[in-house]
Amino acid sequence: MTSQASVSTTVSPRPTVVIVGNPNVGKTSLFNRLTGQSARVGNYPGITVERLVGTLSSPLRGNGLAPEVVDIPGTYSLAARSPEEQIAIGAILGLFAHAKPDLVVFVVDAGQLVRNLYLALQLVELQVPLVIALNMVDEVSDDPPNAASISQLFRVPCIATNGRTGAGVQELKGAILDALDARPTGRAEVAYPPELKKDRDRVADALPKAWRSSVERDRALALWALSSVDEDDELSDIDPTLRQRCLDVRNDAVGRDLDQEIIVSRYAFLDAHERTLYQNPMARAQKERASERVDRFLLHPFFGFAFFILVMLLVFQALFSWSEPAISLIEQMVVLAQELAGKWLPEGFFRALLTEGVLGGVGNVIVFIPQIALLFLFIGLLEDSGYMARVAYLMDRIMKALGLHGRAFVPMLSGFACAVPAILATRTMERKRDRLLTMLVVPLMTCSARLPVYTLIVGALFPKTFGWFPVQAGLMVALYVFALVMTLFCAWVLGRTVVRGRRIPLILELPPYRLPQLPIVLKMVGQRSLSFLREAGGVILVCTIALWILLSFPQIPSTANVTHTANIADSAEMLHAQENERAHLQLEQSYGGRLGKFLEPAIQPLGFDWKIGVGLIGAFAAREVFVSTLGLVYGIGDLDDEALPLRERIRNERNPSGGPRYTPLMGLSLLVFFALACQCMSTLAVVQRETKSWRWPAFMLAYMTALAYVASFVIYQGGRWIGFS
Amino acid sequence: MNLGEVHVGQAVTIQNVGGARGFRRRLMELGLIPGTSVQVVAVAPLGDPLKLRVRGCTLSIRRAEACSIDVSGVNGAAQPVAPAATMSAARLEVGIGV
Repeated sequence: MTSQASVSTTVSPRPTVVIVGNPNVGKTSLFNRLTGQSARVGNYPGITVERLVGTLSSPLRGNGLAPEVVDIPGTYSLAARSPEEQIAIGAILGLFAHAKPDLVVFVVDAGQLVRNLYLALQLVELQVPLVIALNMVDEVSDDPPNAASISQLFRVPCIATNGRTGAGVQELKGAILDALDARPTGRAEVAYPPELKKDRDRVADALPKAWRSSVERDRALALWALSSVDEDDELSDIDPTLRQRCLDVRNDAVGRDLDQEIIVSRYAFLDAHERTLYQNPMARAQKERASERVDRFLLHPFFGFAFFILVMLLVFQALFSWSEPAISLIEQMVVLAQELAGKWLPEGFFRALLTEGVLGGVGNVIVFIPQIALLFLFIGLLEDSGYMARVAYLMDRIMKALGLHGRAFVPMLSGFACAVPAILATRTMERKRDRLLTMLVVPLMTCSARLPVYTLIVGALFPKTFGWFPVQAGLMVALYVFALVMTLFCAWVLGRTVVRGRRIPLILELPPYRLPQLPIVLKMVGQRSLSFLREAGGVILVCTIALWILLSFPQIPSTANVTHTANIADSAEMLHAQENERAHLQLEQSYGGRLGKFLEPAIQPLGFDWKIGVGLIGAFAAREVFVSTLGLVYGIGDLDDEALPLRERIRNERNPSGGPRYTPLMGLSLLVFFALACQCMSTLAVVQRETKSWRWPAFMLAYMTALAYVASFVIYQGGRWIGFS
Repeated sequence: MNLGEVHVGQAVTIQNVGGARGFRRRLMELGLIPGTSVQVVAVAPLGDPLKLRVRGCTLSIRRAEACSIDVSGVNGAAQPVAPAATMSAARLEVGIGV
């Protein structure tokens, strides 16, 4: 695997530069400055860790291609235990199927110099061609650390920059182009204890051939392996001989602490040189105190939570209401496009396929964009300002009790609007297990697509009030509470069973508050929305078309079955009724209609008939489609938002013995089914995209459907047993 | 004494970082090594996690894990310590320790 990767890089004529740095050092703004308009969001193969790629925007030298710039996820160290942490070392050295870069640009937060240089030291030890960008120097304007001294210490170029203002970016571009020719690799003599050096060399002897290079690099890689490998790490593609050697060396080092020896030696080197780089740390302390003062308010037991609730209400309001005009605009444009296509194309299969299948499907995809864009806008602002880390800090106690990550709060809240953006928002958590658990339970939250269904059923089958008690309103509130309780309950259960995973202790950096950079946030919003269209769009489109075929075929002949109404269809009203009648027959004859009838015995214990079954199948496109599908089943045709004729029809529907077919009990069963079932293929498509496997969407569909079935069964059969009908 | 017992506002010196390997390695990589001064700045409103200042950086860990970090020398109860002093002290002690 590693040899393949190195082969592919020697063939590639375009040099690659990777940007490395601790989290919150302004890496992404610098990346955007370096790449200009060419930046795009992608993913690392196999895992959902965002990978930003662009080309260096700079006048070219000679006739070479512009270098490709890759922003890798922020990290405090190269030592790794998880596949996510393993990306850094792989992307820097060209191991584990990553392409080998030609240059590393290491971004340093000038205000956190020593801690940042800990990672720089590892890069120098690994002998990678390196340029250091000393970022945000002007934030410590009273006494900035000296780029020339850092350059002297590690013997690699060091440029003072500010990604927020663009200062030093031109110089950095020049340094990158120079370094692509000169390949400066630097040097640093860390005084490791003699025993540790012996251990290191023993491990270096066991390095696989493909990993070997210079003596210095082999030694540094040996230290990496010694720090990273142990009995229960989750690293992949570690050579078994190397793994065994690491374990042997650790076992032999009785009474010693190898991790501490390595880390303390490195810090001793950095601390010893700090004075020469950074004369007076008092200036930094002033800046920190400003954040400290803000925290005193924003993390206050009362004002802090008040502010937190306010921010979350704002996010919720935006997703729920502000997105509405954009969503209806998209829906209207799709209808317009369908009408236009309907006028221009000859009637037939292809027109129907294009208008209802393809255009409908495209509409189903882009309708998510307003909410996705708004959510990523808020997440970008929250992350960029430093408040997101505070959300995790404030909510950690509660979320931990549920087995969720503190950062899961925003995705969970977004679930009240729509599960699709909420699932995309799980990316703010770095661990796969945390992301997965949040993804699996978020679709249980009462999303806005459930509301039209709830409104229909509650409005049709329940009285407005019972005495003084507002039954309909109370029922709606109860549904929200029920869904929330079930979500938290499922998180608790799934976190202890299916996605158990090790409990990882929290280590959370609370970065200084900074003013968010709107242009970059907006650019990322655009990039992430595009990446949704590119990657999840196709699946949703195909599913929509498949569902359309299911509900429209086999087609009934246009004149058969309706002749008895055709000869008396002399008014427009009658024509309309005839049309509806035909649509109704068509649906009943379709594969979906047959499937609904086939499923009837299975859903009868829940109180549902085949018509509801067809509605449930149609609702897979999106839950609110249940309403229009049911409208078709009953041959009512076009419905407005209130769907009053359909409510009337449902209320008046009779069973063979003359009683009402749909009772409040059956309505309750249906409501609970909708609250719990995974009636949304877009959600499944996004989960597939985020987990890169069909296993998790399949599991999600299975567990949610089972949950819904059991709950509805208990309610309907239990209700009948008590004596309701 | 361990870090979980330190009162808000107190600054102490790390003696030993305990806990699961990945956790202690990450903490030490962030500069929490023996000899480093750390201050408990605050406790989250719900009682957990703790907010720490170390090497000019603000970190948060849970109390349960803070209990696995041995510390000594409470200096200046509820008195923020001048960062310059703590940093040079840390450097000095580390220098001796290695």
